[in-house]
Amino acid sequence: MAEFNLPKNSRVTEGQRHPVPAGATNTTEFRVYRWNPDDAANPRVDTYTVDRDDCGPMVLDALIWIKNKVDPTLTFRRSCREGICGSCAMNMDGKNGLACTTGIDECGSHKNGKAAKVAIYPLPHMPVIKDLVPDLTRFYAQHASIEPWLKTTTPRPEKEWKQSREDREKLDGLYECILCACCSTSCPSYWWNGDRYLGPAVLLQAYRWLIDSRDEATGDRLDNLEDPFRLYRCHTIMNCANACPKGLNPAKAIAEIEKMMVARQV
Amino acid sequence: MPTADKPAAPQGKTHGYDITDHTFDVVVVGAGGAGLRATVGCAQAGLKTACISKVFPTRSHTVAAQGGISAALGNMGEDDWRFHMYDTVKGSDWLGDQDAIEYLVRNAPAAVYELEHWGVPFSRTEAGKIYQRPFGGMTTQYGKGIAQRTCAAADRTGHAILHTLYGQALRAQTEFFIEYFAIDLMMSEDGRCLGVVALKMDDGTIHRFRSSQTILATGGYGRAYFSATSAHTCTGDGNAMALRAGLPLQDMEFVQFHPTGIYGSGCLITEGSRGEGGYLTNSEGERFMERYAPSAKDLASRDVVSRAMTMEIRDGRGVGKNKDHIYLHLDHLDPKILHERLPGISESARIFAGVDVTREPIPVLPTVHYNMGGIPTNYHGEVLTKKNGDPDTVVPGLMAIGEAACVSVHGANRLGSNSLIDLVVFGRAAGLRCAELVTPGEKQPEITEAQSALALSRLNRYQHANGGTPTAVLRARMQATMQNNCAVFRTGEVLDEGHDAIHAIWGGLPDVQVKDRSLVWNTDLIETLEFDNLIAQAVVTMDSARNRTESRGAHAREDFSERDDKTWMKHTLAWIDDTKRSVSIDYRPVHTYTMSNEIEYIAPKARVY
Repeated sequence: MAEFNLPKNSRVTEGQRHPVPAGATNTTEFRVYRWNPDDAANPRVDTYTVDRDDCGPMVLDALIWIKNKVDPTLTFRRSCREGICGSCAMNMDGKNGLACTTGIDECGSHKNGKAAKVAIYPLPHMPVIKDLVPDLTRFYAQHASIEPWLKTTTPRPEKEWKQSREDREKLDGLYECILCACCSTSCPSYWWNGDRYLGPAVLLQAYRWLIDSRDEATGDRLDNLEDPFRLYRCHTIMNCANACPKGLNPAKAIAEIEKMMVARQV
Repeated sequence: MPTADKPAAPQGKTHGYDITDHTFDVVVVGAGGAGLRATVGCAQAGLKTACISKVFPTRSHTVAAQGGISAALGNMGEDDWRFHMYDTVKGSDWLGDQDAIEYLVRNAPAAVYELEHWGVPFSRTEAGKIYQRPFGGMTTQYGKGIAQRTCAAADRTGHAILHTLYGQALRAQTEFFIEYFAIDLMMSEDGRCLGVVALKMDDGTIHRFRSSQTILATGGYGRAYFSATSAHTCTGDGNAMALRAGLPLQDMEFVQFHPTGIYGSGCLITEGSRGEGGYLTNSEGERFMERYAPSAKDLASRDVVSRAMTMEIRDGRGVGKNKDHIYLHLDHLDPKILHERLPGISESARIFAGVDVTREPIPVLPTVHYNMGGIPTNYHGEVLTKKNGDPDTVVPGLMAIGEAACVSVHGANRLGSNSLIDLVVFGRAAGLRCAELVTPGEKQPEITEAQSALALSRLNRYQHANGGTPTAVLRARMQATMQNNCAVFRTGEVLDEGHDAIHAIWGGLPDVQVKDRSLVWNTDLIETLEFDNLIAQAVVTMDSARNRTESRGAHAREDFSERDDKTWMKHTLAWIDDTKRSVSIDYRPVHTYTMSNEIEYIAPKARVY
């Protein structure tokens, strides 16, 4: 039987163990993925002990605490810290989410209701730029490819387009997407075919424009998706819905697009 | 010779950076609401336009705006742009320039319809029109009735607008330079802006952007304070670049505290929650706003509500174990309304305060939210400075819009929902002005090494900073000083102490320590550059506040508790000398005239809600 080894430089090694903060009694251990393209070293996992009495309740609070107090070289994206900008998407104890809205005690192996150990990795299956910063270039290009803007041919009214409350309600559960990529990078089908499959986030965005009663390009939009790979790689694994930090259901949006595809053929 | 997108030869002799030169008609720095709107406008005008941003566009802080965008559409009842103008002037405590305010409110309805046509998913009325809600300080008939003027997409209006504008920028095939950190402006000896120098974060290379017009749309600097609703990235980079280019910032003493930041985390709870019927109570369960603002009550202007809350807490009527905050009640509202109109803050209250808003009040506290001050401009977006006695001297080649700018439409206090409209109206105005001023592809002066030296030497200094104080330590000191000494209420004594402390921290910069020596995504370095930007703005904020011996809008002096129109109805201008670490102050007159003769100048009177 053939044996396969991973490429040498893909092995994650044990990294540095930073000292326990002096006098801290209430602590959680963070094991954080580190990789710096500047040196030739393999990725490693560094261990930090966070003083919970000196730190806010969220995973992002802990990462900022580490950066401010222990290791300024730790690198991650963050901005709004309230779950609306989508910058700090990462993998926390095996689950994708936003570090700013994920409580430290929601993850990790627990001791008396408190997380004892939390593993932090970048979003899975994306090229890593450094530490917890993934390269989302392709993800953004796929989003642009569905032409995310309102398309109309009817001359624009002087005031607003009218939209009934019922029609507006159809956008709920869709327009709230923050493009954090938690769903797409949790999808095995996207891991496998990410170069050709648009993935859950982008398809949810596509459906947001398809179902907007003001949009007049439904046919073109469906044509653009009619492809064995771009649309039809969803296997209803539903990781996307589990991962979404905004409680949206991309798999449902994908199913709705597929229904629209069928409906226009009959 | 620097040409478009061709790597230039000079491997900066002094600093040894890899330098790439670009030439554009217009370069927009910042990709929030204002930056994207200006980018789209410039692209539509056929100008070769670049948009540089330190974060991916939809991560910009516009995304966090909740309650809505003001425009007198009259969808929910009587309204008129004149009412909107009166409210904005009164809200500004007569420090706003009335020509600019007229420009804002008259262009507001068209700007909102444009956003709707571009796809913003506004909430709707029964008739299918854009839904509008009441907001603080927004009235009909010059203060007599309550206006419903704030157009909303539930409580995610900023998110809806920013994502829509990003879509339009894609449609306009904008050239984005994403995760590029702008370091400094390039200025000619005679004071023209020639472009901007930026650091490409993912490989550490330097990019010089040469442009006929450079538009700063870099937002506010809320992170100068310890507790702010602002994102971590709100560091006012453009404001600081203007200061280092020898330009003044205007009205920096006016910092808005939003009444309802969540106690502890500082996350925003929209004023729209009070617009939908929410109210504040103290430890006695009293709706205390009735005492402070008998007519508008909880919908008084933000400065008024924040002061009232602070006074209640000071008088021992705060809630909680330490009696140090206030309750915001939404638990009397129909859960259906909460679900439909306030879903976002219901979620925030659950995550950050552990509160179910249908049952319990939200613990809140006035929290730094917005900077009325910024780079002085006219209502075309052109940057102004005071030169040879002329307070309206245009700085050629440079524009500023959005929170970075001080047009000034907000004066001493901004009304809620007037910022989103500011972004799109003046973003559009800047695009129109660029179309008038710039011929596509026009010849631009060559960049000399001296013109990018400021940026490169600054970068070089911090990249190799080897002092004894980590950036995080200096930043924490600055944030504590601003929070303690330049807050809702101010006195001469507290500001004097704050002046000494903040200048000492500024003086500590040469001892800053940067540990990360890598080139790629060096956020230790970026945070240090951002701190350098923040401290310059903190210093001018403190000094401008210490200098203004009156109370007006958000600037409340306990030792000078009255507004003093005779001495102080003027804009503060503050310059820094970055090498001597000193501040100098001068003034500009407030524009006491309107743009057209369709409305008369609104004369100052007592400001009562």
